[in-house]
Amino acid sequence: MQASDRFNINSQLEHLQAKYVGTGHADLNRFEWAVNIQRDSYASYIGHYPMLAYFALAENESIGRERYNFMQKMLLPCGLPPEREDD
Amino acid sequence: MDTEIAKTQEERKKMEQQLASLTSLTFDRDLYGGVDREAYETSIPATDDEEPDMGLNEVAQKLASYTAPKSVLKEMPRGGDDSEETNGFRKPSRIIDREDDYRRRRLDRIISPERHDPFAAGEKTPDSSVRTYSDIMKEESLKRKKEETLREIANKKKQEEEARAEKGGKEENDANSAPKRRNRWDQSTEDGGNAVKKAKTGSDWDLPDATPGIGRWDATPTPGRIGDATPGGGRRNRWDETPTPGRVVDSDGTPAGGVTPGATPAGVTWDATPKGMATPTPKRQKSRWDETPASMESATPALGAATPSLGGVTPGPTPLGAIDMATPTPNALAMRGAITPEQYNLLRWEKDIEERNRPLTDEELDGMFPQEGYKILEPPASYVPIRTPARKLLATPTPMGTPLYSIPDENRGQQFDLGQEPPAGLPFMKPEDYQYFGALLNEEDEEELSPEEQKERKIMKLLLKVKNGTPPQRKTALRQLTDKAREFGAGPLFNRILPLLMQPTLEDQERHLLVKVIDRVLYKLDELVRPYVHKILVVIEPLLIDEDYYARVEGREIISNLSKAAGLATMIAAMRPDIDNIDEYVRNTTARAFSVVASALGIPALLPFLKAVCQSKKSWQARHTGIKIVQQIAILIGCAVLPHLRSLVEIIEHGLNDENQKVRTITALSLAALAEAAAPYGIESFDSVLKPLWKGIRSHRGKVLAAFLKAIGFIIPLMDAMYANYYTKEVMFILIREFQSPDEEMKKIVLKVVKQCVSTEGVEAEYIRSDILPEFFRNFWVRRMALDRRNYRQLVETTVEIANKVGVKDIAGRIVEDLKDESEPYRRMVMETIEKVVTNMGASDIDARLEELLIDGILYAFQEQTSDDANVMLNGFGAVVNSLGQRVKPYLPQICGTIKWRLNNKSAKVRQQAADLISRIAVVMKQCQEEQLMGHLGVVLYEYLGEEYPEVLGSILGALKAIVNVIGMTKMTPPIKDLLPRLTPILKNRHEKVQENCIDLVGRIADRGAEFVPAREWMRICFELLEMLKAHKKGIRRATVNTFGYIAKAIGPQDVLATLLNNLKVQERQNRVCTTVAIAIVAETCSPFTVLPALMNEYRVPELNVQNGVLKSLSFLFEYIGEMGKDYIYAVTPLLEDALMDRDLVHRQTAASAVKHMALGVAGLGCEDALVHLLNYVWPNIFETSPHVINAVMEAIEGMRVALGAAVVLNYCLQGLFHPARKVREVYWKIYNSLYIGSQDALVAAYPILEDEQNNVYSRPELMMFV
Repeated sequence: MQASDRFNINSQLEHLQAKYVGTGHADLNRFEWAVNIQRDSYASYIGHYPMLAYFALAENESIGRERYNFMQKMLLPCGLPPEREDD
Repeated sequence: MDTEIAKTQEERKKMEQQLASLTSLTFDRDLYGGVDREAYETSIPATDDEEPDMGLNEVAQKLASYTAPKSVLKEMPRGGDDSEETNGFRKPSRIIDREDDYRRRRLDRIISPERHDPFAAGEKTPDSSVRTYSDIMKEESLKRKKEETLREIANKKKQEEEARAEKGGKEENDANSAPKRRNRWDQSTEDGGNAVKKAKTGSDWDLPDATPGIGRWDATPTPGRIGDATPGGGRRNRWDETPTPGRVVDSDGTPAGGVTPGATPAGVTWDATPKGMATPTPKRQKSRWDETPASMESATPALGAATPSLGGVTPGPTPLGAIDMATPTPNALAMRGAITPEQYNLLRWEKDIEERNRPLTDEELDGMFPQEGYKILEPPASYVPIRTPARKLLATPTPMGTPLYSIPDENRGQQFDLGQEPPAGLPFMKPEDYQYFGALLNEEDEEELSPEEQKERKIMKLLLKVKNGTPPQRKTALRQLTDKAREFGAGPLFNRILPLLMQPTLEDQERHLLVKVIDRVLYKLDELVRPYVHKILVVIEPLLIDEDYYARVEGREIISNLSKAAGLATMIAAMRPDIDNIDEYVRNTTARAFSVVASALGIPALLPFLKAVCQSKKSWQARHTGIKIVQQIAILIGCAVLPHLRSLVEIIEHGLNDENQKVRTITALSLAALAEAAAPYGIESFDSVLKPLWKGIRSHRGKVLAAFLKAIGFIIPLMDAMYANYYTKEVMFILIREFQSPDEEMKKIVLKVVKQCVSTEGVEAEYIRSDILPEFFRNFWVRRMALDRRNYRQLVETTVEIANKVGVKDIAGRIVEDLKDESEPYRRMVMETIEKVVTNMGASDIDARLEELLIDGILYAFQEQTSDDANVMLNGFGAVVNSLGQRVKPYLPQICGTIKWRLNNKSAKVRQQAADLISRIAVVMKQCQEEQLMGHLGVVLYEYLGEEYPEVLGSILGALKAIVNVIGMTKMTPPIKDLLPRLTPILKNRHEKVQENCIDLVGRIADRGAEFVPAREWMRICFELLEMLKAHKKGIRRATVNTFGYIAKAIGPQDVLATLLNNLKVQERQNRVCTTVAIAIVAETCSPFTVLPALMNEYRVPELNVQNGVLKSLSFLFEYIGEMGKDYIYAVTPLLEDALMDRDLVHRQTAASAVKHMALGVAGLGCEDALVHLLNYVWPNIFETSPHVINAVMEAIEGMRVALGAAVVLNYCLQGLFHPARKVREVYWKIYNSLYIGSQDALVAAYPILEDEQNNVYSRPELMMFV
């Protein structure tokens, strides 16, 4: 860790990770980042009611169903993690 | 030390000069902040999170005036003060030095060994070696019984002695009585009553031996307590377990005549023990010290065994013999015990005496006698040498064996008065630390130690680092202790920590740190602490009565955490035995600890227990403590008692009729505390106690009566008006009787109760006037009351409260004459009362006559005062004059005469006070249209500006300021144009009070009357002001900064700016920083366009300092002007471009911070094109490593996020998130993270499109939807 990090919000990366799940680090792989993106996206759709209404209209579903679906998709949004090639 | 620090500072300064002449603010913090005291945390955080520095996070508010940002004012450099205080080098303060005797009794307590934990053990019957609850209760009751018996013995003896004295008087035969007295003990055992017999066979002397197997004393090695071996003064000695009565025995009995010729004064209590029993064996006593806990376990638990002491052979495995005997020699003690110098001297002296009085050895006799003519005879077979225990204990090894000289083993680890160097990596050890951490000094091979020993060592090392280490050492050690707490185990940890806390030489800071360790460890250990609860309490409870507020809070926090970890049952089991402890100190602290437990676990949980305790039939002590717990609960949790008020009152109410006087008293006091906590609600809960209280005040006298009155005094305010009136009248009759009581405590309580009653609604003024006032004034308004500080305050408060009811006139009329009393403290008390009354109630009902008397009295009192530290007279004078308002007009000439006369006084204090008085009454003088008089005073003050005492000068300036404020610039005499030039040199004065008042005055003139002064004068003042920007006091810096703005406004920015820009060339960094601030302020006051051209022009000067100064000014400038920046951003962009490409780091850093402020200011105002352009220049700097530069760059990017939106910055960011080079990725992820934290939601729309892979869906089809 650099000396400069003492001053800013990155000072405690671990702590930060715990507090903000979506933050990343240099060893993050494509899959993990994508999972974060997906979850953030679904959270955002659910959080903005007009968006939710828009998707419901497009998919011809009720808003509640749509919300439920999004919520379900937040579990394993990208499917199972790929096999890690051991390094 | 100092030189070293100075050198380091010097180096840092130099380094910093090279690196960054004008850096961002964080640098200053690095240099000047972080004094030692800041490291001292005032509270223990519940979590490990570091709290952010609140100071800098204050929400930016709209500009109320022209001023520098708070951060600048706060961080303003402060040069050349290396005083001790600011460096944080305070004299270490030992706790013991500020404690009184009562608090010092904490050291008498014993860290009890761990106890049985029924929760952990489950159904198993506890091992006999473990102390269970019943064991402890048994012990306690034995102790109590012993206490009682001893008291009886003492009584009996006294009676006997009296009887004998009578007899002796008859026979007049002293010679006979002496041997009798010596044999008293035997006599009493032979023909004494039952009680004595019981003492002998029962609990008395044998008690300590009766339970050696339990290892009560030895389980925790507490070397610190060896200090007890020489009971200094009134300390309780744990060797003999015979506290007070033992000493009573000693003090009145002759010290056993010839039997103990060598009785040493320090050994008094030692003698007490052996005297009781015929042949005590000192070895046994010793063994208690020396046995290790391990060996104790192997000893037979001689619970039922015949008193082993008589046998002379200890069950303990301590080897008999010379070595054993030698232990308590002072040297050995000094090595082990924390010994105060006094104790040490005592020991040395004692040793000396012993040395001289010891029996002669055979060799010595041989040397003394001629070789021939003498024959050595065998001692007769029947001869038994007299072994006085007292001598034996301290004796040299002689009595035990042939004192042959043997070559001692060489001990290379021995320290010859020199502190040994602690091993590498460990902090310095103080001499008193050796006994705890001495083991660390042995350079043993760690490999050879057993795992247990290694663990111990590790704990010791960590503790030493926490206790004495540097802050970083301390931090890591604390963390390790916390992380490994469960691994180390509760036992080893607490066995190390707790004795440290009992160390007599502990300092505040050390205690704080150790307590912090306990807190952290507790959190981790959780239920594992159960066996150690009592141990911890013994150490922590004294914190609850510490005089330091933070220590009390800390103690409460620990106990509350402890009770949460251990659970209610364990807490009760641990503390129950202490509730009826014979020692009042123990009971007191236990009651307080219980109240903390109650507040931590909820009162309802504790209620059944409390109820049982308060009704204890066994001992009044238990009832007393139980009721005291209720009192402490009320004090601790305040109005939160309300839901449980009724049950709490019910629990204690029977105590009012208790047979024991102390219980009755504490019950009344508890009721008072409950009522105070519940006020103004909850009267219905007290219904049941009203009657006993009322009966009580009629039947009791003295202390109990005082307590009862107090309870009533607190209950009355809760009542309805009608009842309150009735009850007040009832109680007043008693109160008035007690007005005359000579008892101080009673006086205070009576005053308090009167105050409470009088302030209650429903008590009428007329009643007070007729029934209370005459007696009240007759008894309390006497000179004697003014002498005691607490009486004084209480009386003033009560009188003010009465005045609130009956009005100013009645009170002031009665005491106004006393303003001319001959006793000064009394006059002061009168003055303070009048001041408070008049401030509260105004002066409207003071009639002309009273007014005259009042002013007359005040003038007299004011003039006659000889010492006034608290400014009572001054405040009183000010308050009265201000409340009388225009009515003072006739007296003003007289008052001014007094002031003028006193301004000329020889004493500086008097002059200062006179000047202060002017500033207080200036407003009233204006109201009275005495402008001429004020002008006159102005001239007088002006003449006194040559004053040499800074305190006085400050007051004079303050008075001038007050006059200028009320009469305005135009009417001021002396005219402003004369006054200001006189003030300019005073600005140079470095005294804070002078500076503050002077800059206030100058600022006021610059604001309102700048036109009266020539521009040249203002320029001169500008120069002075630059210096003042360095002041320590924030108020001064703020006033200075504001004044800059006023001056620039008055005379135009050009000249001021020229001066300031010139000032950028100076070498001194602080001065340049101040200058940049001033430039920015001027720019803001006179609009940026008046300043920017000159400023940007200055950037062309090819000099690093100047360019940096310009950049910094720009940075401040854009920070102040905020939105206004949108008009100037295009103008300065080329300059910033250049700066961001400069080779010099500081250029880029300062430019980046300017960009940040600019971006934040113009967010949403349509300057995106310029900002993107600047971002392109900022971005390449993200790989900088210098902390300040990278910080500034990151902040600039954050600013861009706000101004341009997260999406734009994300696009910059994406290129590096998966860069093959790790270093690059790290930086980019850092930027990404702050972006993400700042605007997570906004990023959703901007994430790149990822292609699906065989098993994984990465695309976001929802975003493609279209209706």
